[in-house]
Amino acid sequence: MRAAAPRWKAAFMHPAAKPLVFALCLLPFAQLLYGAVFDTLGANPAEALLRATGDWTLRFLCVALAVTPARVLLGLPALARFRRMLGLFVYFYAVTHLLCYALFDQGMDLAEIWRDTLERPFILVGMLAFVLLTALAATSPQRMLRLLGGRRWQWLHRSIYAVAGLALLHFFWMRAGKNDFAEVAVYAAVIALLLGWRLQRWLRKRRAA
Amino acid sequence: MLIRTGDNGFVHPQASEITPQAVYEERRQWLRTVAAGAAGATLAGWAARDARAAMERPGKLAALPGAPSQVAGANTMEAPTAYKDATQYNNYYEFGLDKADPARNAHTLKTTPWSVKVEGLVAKPRTFGLEELLKLSAQEERIYRLRCVEGWSMVIPWVGYSLAQLLREVQPLGSAKYVEFVTLADPKVMPGLRSRVLDWPYTEALRLDEAMHPLTLLSFGMYGEVLPAQNGAPVRLVVPWKYGFKSAKSLVAIRLTDKQPGTAWNKAARNEYGFYSNVNPEVPHPRWSQATERRIGEGGLFAKKRPTLLFNGYGEQVAQMYAGMDLKQQF
Repeated sequence: MRAAAPRWKAAFMHPAAKPLVFALCLLPFAQLLYGAVFDTLGANPAEALLRATGDWTLRFLCVALAVTPARVLLGLPALARFRRMLGLFVYFYAVTHLLCYALFDQGMDLAEIWRDTLERPFILVGMLAFVLLTALAATSPQRMLRLLGGRRWQWLHRSIYAVAGLALLHFFWMRAGKNDFAEVAVYAAVIALLLGWRLQRWLRKRRAA
Repeated sequence: MLIRTGDNGFVHPQASEITPQAVYEERRQWLRTVAAGAAGATLAGWAARDARAAMERPGKLAALPGAPSQVAGANTMEAPTAYKDATQYNNYYEFGLDKADPARNAHTLKTTPWSVKVEGLVAKPRTFGLEELLKLSAQEERIYRLRCVEGWSMVIPWVGYSLAQLLREVQPLGSAKYVEFVTLADPKVMPGLRSRVLDWPYTEALRLDEAMHPLTLLSFGMYGEVLPAQNGAPVRLVVPWKYGFKSAKSLVAIRLTDKQPGTAWNKAARNEYGFYSNVNPEVPHPRWSQATERRIGEGGLFAKKRPTLLFNGYGEQVAQMYAGMDLKQQF
């Protein structure tokens, strides 16, 4: 066991690891694309795409937030190499989600989208989360980190916690009328666990200092 | 130039020479089917969906033919939704919350024997066996638009007869003002009852005049066959000018009352699902506009949604029932 562990951990440093994870992250997108082209998404493909891309945005958000706890708890510093990529995949699925809404739900009518955003709090909350994610994605290159300075960059990137809250609220409100909160509760529990771990670590550090 | 016909306009065709309306409409239907078929052959995939819907006989369940209905407004000329879509994309929360759940889970529903109790403020309360109900009046085919509050719509050829036919049998008393519909809630076959999304059994209600309206259909079939379980077998209501959830499925009791009964969705979220729930593009739902709708199976992914019509397009037939009401307040 002891001998096997380092080799298992070394796999994360393998040159093929990153491309492999990248391909895995694209898999849900490829599946949806296949479904859209070959008409296997059921009676209402527009709705299926809108929901699936929303689900995958939330899932990738959970995965991206899980990188740091997993890195510390498993003693796997190599995981840090994947964090930016996973974060950008959150943005990628958020973009596809927004595009599905704009194209299939609103027919790309910008005036209508604007009105819908202002009239419906759950859309507004989703849009806010998207704006924040855009700022994070735009400042993800190393160059932007140097330009902003570490402290300011980190402060900005902590808004991912706000994104998580807004995304949950968006999903909760979407389901509210049908009193169907089972899935919302699962995402809320995962996100609460991941943020709770950070909070607890931060409190311990502060006490130690 | 004067056109002389020799009869000075006094010779009229005999009644027997005029094409009966049913034959005329059948011809139109045939032309539509052929035209749609030609389109389907040339445009594969998406465009063919409409055509297939109009042509295919499902051949899945027992046949239940109905003569074309003579009720005004009962036969829209729009292309019916594909049987596959109409039977695999359903809201029937007793069988699960996902729209694919009912088709997956509802096969456990046992529809024979089945009876419907008609009670309350009526002179002759009675329990009707399904066989009796089926024979109570001639079965008619009615092609109705169906508009779901979630913003999608279908066109479905139902088979049944006006609910009024049944209500007349039991003779509503003068004091009766509302009609409540109670649906099956059998935890043995309905896994969805475990969720507390709604207060089971699912109930719905109409005002008596709405229930007596000739368009209000007591339905036993669709697409020329008996109802599939996921569509509300063996007998359900169809109220085409209201959002779909008003049309209760798998009915077990019909009660006439003098007070407005509570209804399942109204109790669950009063501000979102009003008692009347008439289709109305002017009254948005808190989370989605009702101005437009997506016709299931129509066009490709990029097809524009179609504008929603007041009373789902049945205003000519039903609007007078709501004269003097503020439909934004009493939605």
